[in-house]
Order: sequence, then structure tokens, then C-alpha cells
Amino acid sequence: MSRVFQERLKVIACTKLSESYFRITFASRRIPAHALGGQFVQVKVSDSAQPLLRRPFGVHRVGKNTFDCLCEIVGEATRILSEKKPGDFVDVIGPLGNGFDYGPRTKDQGPRILVAGGMGVAPLFFLAEKIAERRTPNAERKIIVFIGAKSKKDLLCEKDFKQLGCEVKVATDDGSKGLRGRVTDLLEQYLRRTPNAERRSRIYACGPKPMLKQVSLLSKHYNLPAQISLEEHMACGIGACLGCVVKVRAQNASRRTPFAYKRVCKDGPVFSASEIIW
Amino acid sequence: MSANLKVRIGKLELANPVMVASGTFGYAEEFTELLDLRKIGAIVSKTITLAGREGNPMPRTCETPCGMLNSIGLENPGIERFLEQKLSYLASLGSPIIVSVASENDPGEFAAMVKRLEKDSRVMAIELNISCPNIKRARGKGQGSGLIAQDPKATYSLVKSCRRFTRKTLITKLSPNVTCISEIALAAQAAGSDAVSLVNTFSGMSIDVQAKRPKIACVVGGLSGPAIRPIALRMVWEVFQKIRIPIIGMGGIMDVQSALEFFLAGSSAISVGTANFVNPRVSLEIVRGIRDYLDKNKIKDIRSIVGALKL
Repeated sequence: MSRVFQERLKVIACTKLSESYFRITFASRRIPAHALGGQFVQVKVSDSAQPLLRRPFGVHRVGKNTFDCLCEIVGEATRILSEKKPGDFVDVIGPLGNGFDYGPRTKDQGPRILVAGGMGVAPLFFLAEKIAERRTPNAERKIIVFIGAKSKKDLLCEKDFKQLGCEVKVATDDGSKGLRGRVTDLLEQYLRRTPNAERRSRIYACGPKPMLKQVSLLSKHYNLPAQISLEEHMACGIGACLGCVVKVRAQNASRRTPFAYKRVCKDGPVFSASEIIW
Repeated sequence: MSANLKVRIGKLELANPVMVASGTFGYAEEFTELLDLRKIGAIVSKTITLAGREGNPMPRTCETPCGMLNSIGLENPGIERFLEQKLSYLASLGSPIIVSVASENDPGEFAAMVKRLEKDSRVMAIELNISCPNIKRARGKGQGSGLIAQDPKATYSLVKSCRRFTRKTLITKLSPNVTCISEIALAAQAAGSDAVSLVNTFSGMSIDVQAKRPKIACVVGGLSGPAIRPIALRMVWEVFQKIRIPIIGMGGIMDVQSALEFFLAGSSAISVGTANFVNPRVSLEIVRGIRDYLDKNKIKDIRSIVGALKL
């Protein structure tokens, strides 16, 4: 089990990437040292009562004594966070949640397939780094990243993934870059064309719910294990309030209890695709 | 020489008067790594029901101006699994454990749970949650009809029926969704409640105008956070004028300043709720802040500021 810290962290950098996206870098010794791919942090964007609650952000990248979050400006809280200056202090709790299972280090596991929709690239980039770190000369594992974005200007991290040595495939809703269509269309194309033997791999996905549902269907159809990371509004982020639950198949399902609820923040955010009831 | 922070609620002696409110602190295990749980005045468990409840559909929470709405629906494993799986950790902490209980519509279930808890020495006190706004409410029906805490007679008979089965400290948690809260507090006192805690959440709602949908699935939920603080404080003050038993005050307490307001209005102890989500260690920061305030003002005992509002 990983450890959790509440820290007042100094902002090292806060960079606008475009009108809607920014990357914020925090100085921290303990959070980057303990974070796993797929974990998140809870950020209090201001010391005032408005906005009141923390906001969850996936750990995007870690450095020595620093870590980044990659964020989209969607409301008041993210706008306030986007305006932080180097030297500002922000109260952060993390790392939180379970994180992805990276899988065994052995060679015969085939490529790792990462599927990112929108801001789903943020935690998946950190996962890709973690998987890449585990490469050894006799286990040169391929990482294939499928990225879906609204349009070219919303496409994030393509270069970063390539620099890590990942193969990147892009789909955009408006066709301004890559395939015009959904990222799951790309994924399906790939799975259909790739011979069985090479498909022995694992899928990791993060993005909007409809995309994750489609990934789950594909993973079932092609018989590949998939781990999906859910996004949800959260109050506490530590499993206390039960405000962010997801329906999963009950272990001893009966007619009275055909399902169970699990906490996205504590039992997740990463779930096995097969356990979610969509 | 540090001021005395000890207070007494019924038979319960607290090392300090800062508690954490039901439903905002889980079963404490979620907070283990974030603060020293032994130093909290008392821990009130998430509300337990006789049989387990899976809770309400999602979305269950949303943020509102300086507050939040929730409609969790008392998700809990049921009293037996609580006693088996959750209580031993809670009891190991050393802070007094207060178990919150509720029932959808059956006063008999309250009594059955009180009877069960009476036999367990790890339970120091019982809070009767007769004021949860998020159960027994069908989608779209709006304001739930008939909380026990909205009816003085029902409150009296419920508390009376529970009182019969326990010698432990009995606390009755009141709803602010009433015309006259002191009337309900008086009924709880008359029935033998050792203390009252107030207030539970206010019924409220919020709408996503683009989708034209309610922001929480059950439409109406309970409003908490600093948004409700002035009303909660007024209710504590009103009740304080009318009753003899101690008040555990709560409603949007975020820091030592707001905690002190509740003592001055008549609370013998206070409970931190929504603030636990925002800052998990706020309860202990408040304990420290109260001590500093008392020392700075040369006040020897927390009890001397209870209801000390100057008029």
C-alpha cells in the first residue's frame, strides 16, 4: 500500500499550453517518490471557502523532487489554479487511489496498449514512463498509444509519448489530425488487423465514460485484459464520503443485490474493465 | 498553564470539545495517515442502519456556493458487519467512539440497534440520526415528508423508546428543516436525551441549466459547508435559550474562528463536518486554536465561554 501525504507545496512553474490547457509543476519530495501510474492528487486551489472542495488531478509526470499535473480549464477552480505563479503555495493531498497494475516484466507479454481520450493523456503519460522504466535489454516492450482529441489544438502529449519511444496513433473528432472519428475506432482497426499472437497484450485506458465503455466492449470481444481509469467528481478523495461510487458486479450477486458500489477515489480510480456495470 | 479543554456530554468525558461529524469521517480508517486520530475529542461514525444499504444513485454530491450538496443515502454495511469489521479499528484509537444510527421508517429498528450497541463496551455513546434528509425519498418527489426530527411528538416517542434500552450517553441529532427547532430539542430533552447535536444538513438543490437536469440524482440533497453557518449558529443560540442538556454545535465550521462562534452561541462541544473533506486535519488545528484563544484571553476553562455571548 502506498502512503498518503498532505503538504503545502511550492509551485515551481505553471505554463499555459493553449487557451484551455496548462501544466503545473509542484515541488515535493514525498509525493513523486511514492506515486504510482494512475494515482491522483487532491488540490485545494485557494485558501478561501469558494471554491470549497479540492479538485482531483492525475499525476502526469514526476521528476526529482517535483511532479506535474496537466489540466484543462473547465470552471472556476481550474481557472484559479491556471493562474498560479512560481513561488505560490498550494495545499495538496496525495498520492491517492490505487494506480495501474503495470503487469509482469517478462518478455512474452506483447505490447502495452494505452488508450487516451481528452485529458486521459495526463495519467497515461506517467503510466507510459513507468512501463518504459521497466524495460530491460531482454524485455524490449512496445508501447502503442492511441490518443483521441476534439481537434488538433486539443491534442496533448503526442511528442512526449514519441520521445519515450511509444508508437502514437491519433484520432480527432473533426479530422484536423489523424483519423477523423473516435479513438476507439482506431483501436478497433488495430485489434482487427493485428494477428492473434502479437495481440497478447494489455490495454490501459483513461478518458470519458462512453470511450471507456467502448474500450471495455472491445477488450471483451478480443479477449484482452483492460484496466480503465474513471474520472468522477469527488468531495473527499480519500474514501470517506462515499460521494464518488461506481456500480460493479457484486461478488455474490443475488436478485436483491445484483451489484455493489465501489469508491472511485479509494477502490479506484483504476478498475478492471470487466467488473464495471455500464 | 494551559486552559482546561475537558467537557462532559452526558456520561461521556471528552479530552477536548472538538468532534468529527457523522458521515464526514467514514470509519476513521480513511484518515489514518493524515492526522493523529487519538487527539480528536470524539469520533462519530458514519450512520449505521440495521440492515446494510447500498445508498443512492450517482451523482451523489455537487459543489454549491461556499458549500456542497450530498445525497449519499446512508450507504453502510449494516450494524452487524459494522461491529465486526469497522468498530475494532475505531475503538483502538483511544478517542471516544459515538455510533450514529438511523432507520428509514421504523422506530423499532432504532431501538433494536440501541439494544445491540448497549451490549458493546467499545461504544461510548449513541447518536440518533432522526434527521437524515436523504432516505425515504423517491426520485422527483422533492422534500421528503416526515422526518422524525420534524415532529416533536415523533421525536419524543422515538427518543423515549431508545432511552429505555441504554445507559450509555444518548445524543439526538436535529434537523434544521423545521419551523421551530427548540420545540424539537425540548421534546428530545423531555424524552431523556443526554444531549442534542445540531444541525444536520439543509434540504437544497442545484440544477445544470445546459442539461436541464438536477446536479444530484435524487434531485434534493443536504446542504452543508460554510454557506449554512449563520443559520446553524442562530439555531444553536435559539436552542441554548430553551434547554438544559448540552448542545453539540455544527454547521459549516471551517476553522477556529467559526468553532468559537458556536461555543459562544451555546455549544458545549462542536463537530467538524464538511471541513474534513477540505482539510483532513482541521479538527486538530481547531483544538490548537481554541487552546491559543483561551490562553491569550486568560480564560482557564472552555466551559466558561459556552453561551457567553454578550448582548
